[in-house]
Amino acid sequence: MDEITKVVRDYIIREYVQEGDEQEITETTPLISGGVVDSFSMVSLLRFLEKKFAIHIPDSAATPEAFDSVERIVALVRRFQKAEVGSV
Amino acid sequence: MSFSNAVRQGYRSEIEGIKAAGLFKEERYIHSPQSAEIEVEFPVGSTIRKCINICSNNYLGLSSHPEVIAAAHAGLEGRGYGMSSVRFICGTQDIHRELETRLSDFLGTEDTLLFPSCMDANAGFFEACLNEQDVMIADRLVHASIVDGMRLCKAMQDSFKHSDMGHLEEKLQEHHDKRFRMVLTDGVFSMDGDTAKLAEIVALAEKYNAMVFVDDSHATGFIGKTGRGTHEHCGVFGKIDVITTTLGKALGGASGGCVSGRRELVEMCRQRARPYLFSNAVAPVIVAGALKVLDLISKTAERRDKLESNARYWRGLLKNAGFDLKEGDTPIVPVMLYDAKLAQDFARDLFNEGVYAVGFFFPVVPKGQARIRTQLSAAHEKRHLDFAIEAFRKVGQKQGVLGLGKKELLARCAA
Repeated sequence: MDEITKVVRDYIIREYVQEGDEQEITETTPLISGGVVDSFSMVSLLRFLEKKFAIHIPDSAATPEAFDSVERIVALVRRFQKAEVGSV
Repeated sequence: MSFSNAVRQGYRSEIEGIKAAGLFKEERYIHSPQSAEIEVEFPVGSTIRKCINICSNNYLGLSSHPEVIAAAHAGLEGRGYGMSSVRFICGTQDIHRELETRLSDFLGTEDTLLFPSCMDANAGFFEACLNEQDVMIADRLVHASIVDGMRLCKAMQDSFKHSDMGHLEEKLQEHHDKRFRMVLTDGVFSMDGDTAKLAEIVALAEKYNAMVFVDDSHATGFIGKTGRGTHEHCGVFGKIDVITTTLGKALGGASGGCVSGRRELVEMCRQRARPYLFSNAVAPVIVAGALKVLDLISKTAERRDKLESNARYWRGLLKNAGFDLKEGDTPIVPVMLYDAKLAQDFARDLFNEGVYAVGFFFPVVPKGQARIRTQLSAAHEKRHLDFAIEAFRKVGQKQGVLGLGKKELLARCAA
């Protein structure tokens, strides 16, 4: 597991998995459609990603689909990391 | 014709999809007043049968109380059937204001505004009182009507893990830069029957300069020593900024709800809350009935005491029979089965044994958390509960779930 994946997965577990809940979060676990992440706290997730990885994710890209698994979130982060580099 | 065959087909396949997912809801026709014993036609066209009702919100048993019915009759005679108007045009009678004042006294708040339902109160409140400079921080298990209300509001939305005060504190710190912070919670959570940690929430709200919003629909009238609600139970009476609640459960069970709290917030709702502005005044007959309910429950705590003892008795019966229960001390007692199909089969078998209860599963509760939600009433007598437990035991045995804990039940579902 690479560093970005680990950071994102750890955050999801810390932020969303209720204490005592034995739910396992893998890279492909459906997060929003699976009821792990509620759409309201996507705001927190977005702000965490932007701060942690020093990127800007526009609202148009922050869709429930793009946040629906660790794998997709990591892809989103990579996409905007490249965009940041490209814009320098 | 715009409703073409293709359009019809589109909807039909969507409905089939709901059925295929096991999420199709069917109404059961009740041929009697709401009570502990009801007469039910199910499936449609079948013989009407008597059942013990263990799933209504008729917590205080006032839905068909003779004094409430008499007061409603008097209201009908004295103030008519309907108002044919929203409140601010020509829909406010003296009794609307009287009920609002009485509710403020009962709940210990500064002012109250009636809404057509608590669903409407929750749908209208946030948009009327908060804007893009503010944040709403909601417990993750709040009722669907609060979720809808949040969606209609421009304030930032965030949530905290269910009843996790450490997580709430982190969120309050995170949003220190907002104009207003509001913490949103149910008083009693409708699916789990647990109670919000209101004393801790109020303490955190004071520390971080936040307002507290509580939907007390499953508490008003019976939680707390004199039934005022979760704030009374938690020792923070008078410290909640906004309480929304319903007349549609313990308080007679007809319909109608309210926003009750700080005078300025209630006034903002009177000026801006769309469900208040654009739907009819609560019917006079309901207002008159609700006033009588407040008379009855202000005079004595007898009914809420009986409800409390019924809940304790029922919980003990279920535990002794070997069911896996959600812990709590409210009249909502969820019997955990975890599997959606099992919950549906269980409810069907109970009905065949003369007990009316309903299975709840995703999306009403989280995936893998299916259950039968049982709800007690002051209208239940010991004999009703003794009859019901026999049915539960029989069905539990048939389904092979007695004596199984969460792990075993989950393993049984997976098998």
